[in-house]
Amino acid sequence: MTQANAQTSPDNPTTSEIPPAPHPLREVWNDFCENRAALAGLIIIALIIVLALLAGVIAPHTPVEQFREHVLQPPFWQAGGSLSFPLGTDDVGRDVLSRILYGARLSMMIGVIVVTLSLVIGVLLGLIAGYVRGWVDTTIMRLMDIMLSIPSLLLAVVVVAVLGPGLFNAMLAIAIVYLPHYVRLTRGSVITERNRDYVVASRLAGAGPLRLMFVVILPNCLAPLIVQATLSFSNAVLDAAALGFLGLGAQPPTPEWGSMLANARQYVLDAWWVVTFPGLAILITVLAFNIMGDGLRDALDPRLKR
Amino acid sequence: MLNFLFRKLLMIVPTFLGVTIITFALVHMIPGDPVAIMAGERGLSPERHAQMMAQLGLDRPLWQQYLDFLWRLMHGDLGQSLVTHNAILSEFMSRFPATLELSVCALIFAIGLGIPLGVIAGIKRGSIIDHGVMGTALTGYSMPIFWWGLLLIILFSGILGWTPVSGRLSSSFWIDTPTHFMLIDTLLSDAPGAFMDAVRHLILPAVCLGTIPLAVIARMTRSSILEVLGEDYIRTARAKGLAPWRIIAVHALRNAMIPVTTVIGLQIGLLFAGAILTETIFSWPGIGKWLIDSVSRRDYPALQGGILLIATMVMIVNLVVDLLYGLINPRIRHQAE
Repeated sequence: MTQANAQTSPDNPTTSEIPPAPHPLREVWNDFCENRAALAGLIIIALIIVLALLAGVIAPHTPVEQFREHVLQPPFWQAGGSLSFPLGTDDVGRDVLSRILYGARLSMMIGVIVVTLSLVIGVLLGLIAGYVRGWVDTTIMRLMDIMLSIPSLLLAVVVVAVLGPGLFNAMLAIAIVYLPHYVRLTRGSVITERNRDYVVASRLAGAGPLRLMFVVILPNCLAPLIVQATLSFSNAVLDAAALGFLGLGAQPPTPEWGSMLANARQYVLDAWWVVTFPGLAILITVLAFNIMGDGLRDALDPRLKR
Repeated sequence: MLNFLFRKLLMIVPTFLGVTIITFALVHMIPGDPVAIMAGERGLSPERHAQMMAQLGLDRPLWQQYLDFLWRLMHGDLGQSLVTHNAILSEFMSRFPATLELSVCALIFAIGLGIPLGVIAGIKRGSIIDHGVMGTALTGYSMPIFWWGLLLIILFSGILGWTPVSGRLSSSFWIDTPTHFMLIDTLLSDAPGAFMDAVRHLILPAVCLGTIPLAVIARMTRSSILEVLGEDYIRTARAKGLAPWRIIAVHALRNAMIPVTTVIGLQIGLLFAGAILTETIFSWPGIGKWLIDSVSRRDYPALQGGILLIATMVMIVNLVVDLLYGLINPRIRHQAE
């Protein structure tokens, strides 16, 4: 903070009356907190993470234990329900609440792994394309164009068909499908940044290409990437659930929200609770991340500020 | 303009070739060969296996197979389904109208509701209506549509009993399908009530598929209207004393629609992706369900052909949107030059 003050005061003698400019991160945090909805999203996400971590403690049962005498039991507030299965049981007598809580673990893990994979690889490719330019750039971007011309869920389905169904392959497929967005975003920012004065200055000071790419340019391209990462976290949860629903993602008896829905489809008209709660869990999670992403974008994007 | 068109067309060629290479490569990366899949559980003697591989040209080098694949593609031959042994192009074309009918209705629903809602939210910025519309739009945007479809079934088919659960037409109707578009075919037929039956079958899948595009269009319309309302020519129109509705309908809306058109164009690809889920839920006999069935039946030539056709369609739609955009907005055209 003192550093910022020292920099601004010489050109601007009136700064003594203006409070010192807050740290940039602090400013983003303040902007973010002004957006009540975004803050609510963050709180819900924190809550989901806590529930996921404590699933082993809170959940009344294990996610795979079958209570054969309590098959398709309704939630506790309906006739025939009991508090030992608060949200009812599924077609083989597994506790729906416990499965949803353990499913939160899976969904958070899916989001983290998918976002990390596509972020790291996408940023790397985008940095190379934007910094090196020439035929490398053309090749990478053409490849991304090709990937974008196939609808994302369809591409994920094909990749899973090649790799074989399963949760890990589904995550890999989704990470591959999200690559183009990160590559384009990074490349765009790198191209605008690479001719700025500060980059030229460090090049003249003798910084090598790797240092220029990762230490000098990359930190200045982070804002849109952070927003994209939040938004693709929610998409990853959604798409993994969709693949699970199609029978291509997590396989039974894994308590993944999408595959729970796939299994519940046949009881859609007889046992509404088996269908409603896993979907509600997906919706709340995705919504929370999307609200937070919107808020982050507003806080990080200087064009929209004030 | 011709120059612009020509350059856009030229750019599509490498992308198209890339898609053919990728689909070709993907299918060849799948473990297990087509002959073994066709033979199924019984299996084949090694000699017979080699003979069939030679017959299908699968023993040749990959690049030869690819060129052959490309050559046949140029002649409209996408190969045969491993399961039904029909030509893939005809399998695709017989199911495509169902998906097209569903997608068009979903898009009409999304545009018809999304644009007015976005305009109202934009005009009444900051009001309860604005917050309500935007909150609903964000929820719709975050909606897992495979769950949304099931909820619609619970409510409208289960509790209210208004709509059927699956299919395109009740089995009690036997009608000719010259166009393969159920709404048109039922109108052409003289079976009483058939048209309404088709509408009842269509309405839930269309709403389900149209929900995400609806949310996207409403959000885009709102922000676009907000941007346009701050422009000088709107202030001029206000200063001239024009009626508020006229400013919105004539001056603002026309310019605000430019980015919305692009967004609508981008929805086409998403509609195909959404069709996979929607058609699976509602047992809608279209492309999406066919592709998923092909995956589970390991009918890889069908999958390959289907992906290729869909990717081509998405590319063409994107091209048309690009061209329309250049046509509406001359600035884009000249920028590109």
